[in-house]
Amino acid sequence: MPELAIEVRSLSKRFGDFIAVDAVSFDVDRGRIFGFLGANGAGKSTTIRMLCGLLDPTSGTATVGGFDIRREPERVKCVIGYMSQKFSLYEDLTVAENIRFFGGAYGLSKKDLDQRARWVLEMAGLKGRERSLTRTLSVGWKQRLALGCAVLHEPRIVFLDEPTGGVDPASRRRFWELINDLSERGITVFVTTHYLDEAEYCNDIRLIHAGRIVAGGSPQELKTQVIRNPILEVEADRTVEAMEVLQKEPWVLETSIFGTSLHVSVGDEGEGRRLVLDRLGREGIAVRRVDRIIPSLEDVFIHKIEEHTKAGVAEEARS
Amino acid sequence: MKPFPLCCVRAVIVKEFRQIRRDALSLMFLVFLPGFMLLLFGYALNFDIKHIPLAVVDEDGSRASRDLVDKFRTTEYFDLKAVLPKTAAIDPILAREDVRAALVIPAQFADDLTAGRSPSVQVIVDGSNAMSGTTAAGYVGAILQSYSQRITLRGLARRGFTDVALPLATEVRVWYNPELRSAKFLVPGLMAFILMVIVTVSTAFSVVREKERGTMDQIRVSSIRPMELILGKIIPYVAISLGSAHLVLLLGEVLFGVGIRGSYPLLLLAMVLFVTGALGQGLLISTITRTQQVAFLLAVLTTMLPTFILSGFVFPLRNMPPVVQAVTYLVPGRYFLAALRAIILKGAGLGAIWNQLLFLAVFAVLSIGTSAVRLGKGEKERPRRRRRGGA
Repeated sequence: MPELAIEVRSLSKRFGDFIAVDAVSFDVDRGRIFGFLGANGAGKSTTIRMLCGLLDPTSGTATVGGFDIRREPERVKCVIGYMSQKFSLYEDLTVAENIRFFGGAYGLSKKDLDQRARWVLEMAGLKGRERSLTRTLSVGWKQRLALGCAVLHEPRIVFLDEPTGGVDPASRRRFWELINDLSERGITVFVTTHYLDEAEYCNDIRLIHAGRIVAGGSPQELKTQVIRNPILEVEADRTVEAMEVLQKEPWVLETSIFGTSLHVSVGDEGEGRRLVLDRLGREGIAVRRVDRIIPSLEDVFIHKIEEHTKAGVAEEARS
Repeated sequence: MKPFPLCCVRAVIVKEFRQIRRDALSLMFLVFLPGFMLLLFGYALNFDIKHIPLAVVDEDGSRASRDLVDKFRTTEYFDLKAVLPKTAAIDPILAREDVRAALVIPAQFADDLTAGRSPSVQVIVDGSNAMSGTTAAGYVGAILQSYSQRITLRGLARRGFTDVALPLATEVRVWYNPELRSAKFLVPGLMAFILMVIVTVSTAFSVVREKERGTMDQIRVSSIRPMELILGKIIPYVAISLGSAHLVLLLGEVLFGVGIRGSYPLLLLAMVLFVTGALGQGLLISTITRTQQVAFLLAVLTTMLPTFILSGFVFPLRNMPPVVQAVTYLVPGRYFLAALRAIILKGAGLGAIWNQLLFLAVFAVLSIGTSAVRLGKGEKERPRRRRRGGA
């Protein structure tokens, strides 16, 4: 078995004039939880659909489980499981009937299917509800059943496309525990999400913006290495006004609002703290607190996207 | 990974049957609508014209004129509704549609007859319904014709020509449908029409629904191959629609007296070929559309009118302009209808209809083959509709 579960080289997808995925390259190690992060429309689903053989790439290459997605799509199918954003189950079939159908669809033998069906029911917490129609289940249950159906045939690699969309926080947490279990069994999990807090569960992350990968690494690496300038969290009256004032100062590198507080990126911590207090004081804005914080993934993400956007604007201006 | 090819077909069949069973409305639609439509059409689409209400104006009042009126009184094609005093009285009752035809016998009718002058008998027919008007005029003409023949022969006999015979003795025999009942002609047509529309519409939904719900992607990443999916989807519908076709046959026999003269296995073969082709057309529509509404519209448009108008169901193909006739060769209903009428009414064997069956088989292979190809790769090039804007 190859060490790399997934290998992607300048993979692109173009729909007419629109470039959904723009020459992305990355590797996914076996047994890892690989998070693909990005806003809606960034190119996450398009990438996943190309890797699963649901969409032909415009250019570039990729291997999944050691098989080329263009030349050996049938072999790719045999080693992967896929769960789409809609938790695609047959709502008019019962829980057991869904499991049986997908088992049949993967060509499982009766014996294997019985054993796997028990496992899925256990895992999804659906024991005793085998005969319920799927449409009567809550979203969290549907989500776990969909995951169960996607891994019925014990694939080595699982693709989960926004698996936690529209699910309540408790179910989300429980779902991530299941993902962890899969990973501990040596299964590679490729998961897309736009919830930044979920990225913390991943071993390896790529941030994708407008079809391009703008940052990558473990959550720890991203937080400590991408942003080298100190970030100050400022709690003040009139947050919006405070941000507008600070934005105009040359010594302020970046500002953004997080809830009721303001994140200000400066060149030096001590100097920055003094300048913030001084400038807002002159404006008559009371400052309650200024703390240096470790950047969150959200900070990293915003920083990277702004950097990317500025670069894009500069590039356009040049040409 | 796959024990043997086609092993996934069973899983799809079981799933489809379960889904059909759960969806009671669609099942009713498939099974009972054909029978219901047969009842509706069978009684409403009736070209037989009998008991045409007739008015008579007998200005002569002679024995000869009463004799002629009796000829109309005794036939079942006409019901004598009114005997009017003068011609002017016809207009209002014809306008009210109390009668659809009127016969006017002039005052000198008997005298002219005996004098050997040809009296004119006037027939007025309500032409607002061209079909029944023409038929009524034809009936009146035929009755008057036979009456005047009798008079001629009698006149000749009186002058001594006893063994006179008319130059042509016409004897029309109608085969296959001796009473010329339109039900016999319509039932096979209805069967083609109903099966085509219902089967195509119900399968047109089947793939689109999976696309809309996202289960299609799930199937595409599984080991199910396009052909297995298609077979698995078609087999349950073939079984169900054959069931409803038999219901139509049974109703045709019981209600309209249309029995099957020919071989049943041959009829079954024709039905299987036709239904499979129609299913293929439904699937094809399903693979090229993305929403159930569009699929429904396309299915109805491509089946309802062509099968009604261009299959020879109601309007004879021979009377159509050549261009339209050329188009009818693309309508599978045409071949099925020809085969059905041949088997059911004429008792024709394989020798007489093999070409129709061949066309049906070609249509079935083409429609299913094309959908399999489209299902295999058609979707790969297009962006998916975005539900939450995620890409």
